[in-house]
Amino acid sequence: MMWRTVRRIMREPLGAIGLTLVTVVVLSAVFASALTSYAPSKISPAERFAPPSLLHLLGTDHLGRDLLTRVLYGGRVALLIALGATAVSLVVGVVLGLIAGYGPRWLDNVLLLIFDAVKSFPTVMLALTLVTLFGPSLYAVVLVVMLVNVPGYARIIRTQTLVLKSAEHVMAARSMGASAGRILRVHILPNIIGPILILISMDIPVVVAIEAGMSFLGLGVRPPTPSWGAILNDGFANIRDSYWIVIAGGLPIVLTTLGFTFFGETLRDLFDPRLKGRS
Amino acid sequence: MIRYAFKRLWLGAIIISVAMMMMFAMVYLIPGDPASVALGPRATPEMMEALRVRMGLDQPVWRQFLHFYGSVLRGDLGTEVLSNRPVLDVVMEQLPFTLALVVGGITWSVALGIPLGCIAAVRRGGFVDQVIGVLSVAMIAVPSFVVAIYSLLVFAVALQWLPAIGAGEPGDLASRLQHLILPSLAVGLGWIGYISRMVRASMLETLEASHIRTARAFGLTEHRIVYTYALRIAVLPTITLLGVGIGHMLSSSVFAEIVFARPGIGKLVYEAISVRNYPIVSGAVLVTTVFFVLVNVAADILVGLLDPRVRSSFN
Repeated sequence: MMWRTVRRIMREPLGAIGLTLVTVVVLSAVFASALTSYAPSKISPAERFAPPSLLHLLGTDHLGRDLLTRVLYGGRVALLIALGATAVSLVVGVVLGLIAGYGPRWLDNVLLLIFDAVKSFPTVMLALTLVTLFGPSLYAVVLVVMLVNVPGYARIIRTQTLVLKSAEHVMAARSMGASAGRILRVHILPNIIGPILILISMDIPVVVAIEAGMSFLGLGVRPPTPSWGAILNDGFANIRDSYWIVIAGGLPIVLTTLGFTFFGETLRDLFDPRLKGRS
Repeated sequence: MIRYAFKRLWLGAIIISVAMMMMFAMVYLIPGDPASVALGPRATPEMMEALRVRMGLDQPVWRQFLHFYGSVLRGDLGTEVLSNRPVLDVVMEQLPFTLALVVGGITWSVALGIPLGCIAAVRRGGFVDQVIGVLSVAMIAVPSFVVAIYSLLVFAVALQWLPAIGAGEPGDLASRLQHLILPSLAVGLGWIGYISRMVRASMLETLEASHIRTARAFGLTEHRIVYTYALRIAVLPTITLLGVGIGHMLSSSVFAEIVFARPGIGKLVYEAISVRNYPIVSGAVLVTTVFFVLVNVAADILVGLLDPRVRSSFN
């Protein structure tokens, strides 16, 4: 089953590029420590601003840290945050969506209004406000991701729940006296998880971009934790003399977002063409 | 139509007031007293008390809440603590720079997105269509701050074709436009992709319509059919898309303003955060949100005017 899926994806040009990029990014993050002999936060003043060479394939930054190493370890940070934050927003989105779809009408209206209001904040403004309130941290990043993603997830879950609510098998379960919790868990949830998984693969690049963007502004993960956005920030300060730092920071962001987007688009086209109009 | 417009406006008003409620709740939730934060660690208790009274922090929550709503409705977003100027003035001073950036972004996205979408639709399934498709997805996927930095690196630092920082000389239109090219590209690039995909899809749909079939039967050239008759209908969804797009462009303008050291709302908020200047942050966010909601409402009403089907589906 899984190999068949992979083969179907690889047959599409977009899917082949996407899956390859995703695999490379994931593997290089997982095996970061095996791929480089440097430590990500080791400062060596003698090697400051070294251009790319055989010793340092991507060069070094203003503290003499090996950029390739920081990029590899930064991949861990980016992917972990992407997975974690998406998982959290998924859980919250599913719960709110089920409540809105299955619960009383007034609650549905209130929740819809809240979703719309949250979405009416421009993302970066939202991020800036939250950081003002709670200070820059990993949690601020996760919170921003949640506020950006949850309304979308919840809305889709809600619509699907509304459709399924009057489906025959749900009616049958209800007439046999099944509780609301059981109906949601056994009869509704399994039927809506497919489209959600596709949406997630398309949202991962958005989350990666949010983390990198906030770290670039100095509002995300704290130094010396390696993050692609932080590398960009270091490089931006020295862009006139040491161009390789911004290249090292931006390239993994570009490759990761492209990879996951291509992959997600292909998944969607192959398995759920109904979602096509959504983006 | 009027009923539809009213409904849409009403929804916009509710959203704005919910957004205001959230802004208030946020400011109220700030760990630490805004007055002590504003005055810094060396403030005397008397100074703190005076500022607390001035900011209305000594009142009960519901009074503060009503006061906040009342003054916002009167256009009073409070006074900036540092310079003692009205927040609204400070924000409005920066707004034109950000709007110029957004308009520039829209120009890029429309000028390139619509032709690309048309070409892709005409060459449906061919090589050109596939290339445009991949390009569009790529433009959507790459974050705008990376585009901003890379375009700064290539066109301003390495090639030195365009200026790297600032908004240009006041009063000199050519210099202003020159300073706008790169930042607005960074803001608009993703939307070139969105628009080209949207135009392609709706163009394909339109080309199936019966009046287009009639035009074909009359022997009009394909070029004429696509660009004169079909495009007029196929661009309609772009208007709503741009309504959403403006909000996103406001977001990415924060990055463009910081990377290219341009004045604007984004830079204002960013700098206000580093000195914990809360009134500026909440004021600027509120103005941006209201602007965003109004643009969306306007886009929806415009589409309702142009396309009667939308009106009936809303009811």
